[in-house]
Amino acid sequence: MVVAMVVVIAARDAAVNAPALSTRGLNKRFGSLVVARDIEFALPQGARYALVGPNGAGKTTLINLITGMLQPDEGRIFLGEDEITSSRPEQRVKRGLVRTFQINTLFPHLSVLEAVTLAVCERRGHGGAWLRRLPAYRDAIDEAYGILGSLMLGNQCYRLTRELAYGQQRLLEIALALATKPRVLLLDEPAAGVPREESAELFTAISSLSQHISVLFIEHDMDIVFRFASRIIVMVGGRILVEGTPGEIAADERVREVYLGKRGHG
Amino acid sequence: MSAALEGLAERYLHLERPTRWRKSEIAFWIATLLPFFLFESYLSLASQVAITALFALSLDLILGYAGIVSLGHAAFFGLGAYAAGLIAKHGWGEPLSGLVMAAALAGVVGYAASFIIARFRHLALIMITLGLGLLLYEAANSASWLTGGADGLQGVRMWPLLGYFKFDLFGFTAYTYSLAVLFLVFLVARRLIHSPFGLSLRGIRENPVRMPAIGAPSHAHIRKIYSISAVMAGMAGALLAQTTSTVSLEALGFQRSADVLVILILGGAGRLYGGILGAIIYMVARDQFSGVNPQYWYFWIGLLLIAVVTLLPNGILGGLAQWTSRWSSRWSSSSRRGTPP
Repeated sequence: MVVAMVVVIAARDAAVNAPALSTRGLNKRFGSLVVARDIEFALPQGARYALVGPNGAGKTTLINLITGMLQPDEGRIFLGEDEITSSRPEQRVKRGLVRTFQINTLFPHLSVLEAVTLAVCERRGHGGAWLRRLPAYRDAIDEAYGILGSLMLGNQCYRLTRELAYGQQRLLEIALALATKPRVLLLDEPAAGVPREESAELFTAISSLSQHISVLFIEHDMDIVFRFASRIIVMVGGRILVEGTPGEIAADERVREVYLGKRGHG
Repeated sequence: MSAALEGLAERYLHLERPTRWRKSEIAFWIATLLPFFLFESYLSLASQVAITALFALSLDLILGYAGIVSLGHAAFFGLGAYAAGLIAKHGWGEPLSGLVMAAALAGVVGYAASFIIARFRHLALIMITLGLGLLLYEAANSASWLTGGADGLQGVRMWPLLGYFKFDLFGFTAYTYSLAVLFLVFLVARRLIHSPFGLSLRGIRENPVRMPAIGAPSHAHIRKIYSISAVMAGMAGALLAQTTSTVSLEALGFQRSADVLVILILGGAGRLYGGILGAIIYMVARDQFSGVNPQYWYFWIGLLLIAVVTLLPNGILGGLAQWTSRWSSRWSSSSRRGTPP
């Protein structure tokens, strides 16, 4: 009886403590070029992790592997306790693993509200419904409108996506991801191309996301990284060089050499 | 207070406004009745126009909305035509049930093909659809015991429509029948493009990479719209077989696939009415010009196609829409300037 209770509690603890996202021995090569080598990391529930490294280190490749846009040669990927290594990209999104793109990957000729409503409808399973007109789905529209409002896009939502200012398009990237109700959010340079003062604003919005969402973001600006990340993963040449708190990373000699050295004092 | 209420409703209105019936639409559908009074000797041509418009509408759903190029859409047109013709030839001349059966057959074949279609894009897709068209053409050509081969399918005898309206020489029943089917299918297509599914199709057209990243099953969507489009194309083919009481190999031909693409691009893809307008212009012009000099007919079509694509990238209808919006904004800004502050 007591043993059984202990087992139940242990199992529950395991479920609570299981990382939101983890990988084991992830490998990928294109011909002779190794783009991912034995990648192992775990993203805890509610964490805010940064993924940094010089250009070509394999950061975006890693996101492509995790989200299923590329298939790894070896290794396994887990979302919570479930293995998702062979799931299709849209199935991973349905289970809560969602990404944004470094280069705007939006719907140019849809209005901002249409685009987010599209994502909400797909999540709610209305994507194939064609007997009722779109305006009849008021709950979905309200939800989309709410997401846009929370990202300060409320007054832009009737414009075509292609007419938005660049910084607003970066916000829409995140709005589309949020519309899928992610549990794990992978942000590929969310502030790419955004002026420095605006990028801090954008990261304030990201860090104020619900604690139910675990976030892994790629970012080059080390000030931003040190300010917003609880832990930092440094990648070089397709492998994880080191992982640690901002303090540990700042003090790490190897990181200084290969990354901060080049960027900070080069 | 009222401003706040308006602000509340605006998000619904923004999505509701494009779904409203415009006056020009209603005027257009009333105008489709004009041939009954004004061009009675052209009712057969009008029927062919309506059939071609239905065919172009079916292509618009996949090309204009989902961005799926097809250079072999006549495959489904021809399937519908031969199915309807064969059903009537072998003893069941009832038009409506024949239409449904022919459409169903085209839909089943379209569904089977859609599993290949959904996996490809761009040039590969053009080649696959082209191949599909050629495949069916030669199959029908070689199966002459069934289809009549190059001589065409003869001996199609239709019963009166609804048991009462005989298919007459002047095309009165034919045009009524074709127009009614076109209108009903148009209503379905119109509802479809204004639904969440229609929005998802536009999403696929706008960015096929982003769709899976928001959890959308693009392949399932493409399979669905391709099957629906095949059903509609099959209906168009069945209408042609039933109203002309014959089916020729040309119903499956590459020329027909190319023509319907030209018609849709001329009229303007992704606008529902583009294919219909294109069909009217194309069919009437062909009827008129080919009487003058049939050899050079495609010279003029080629010229028109180049002119439209270079000058009006969104087709004639897209150009018209742009022109009227520019005209109306100029008019309103000049009228504002006219009023003293």
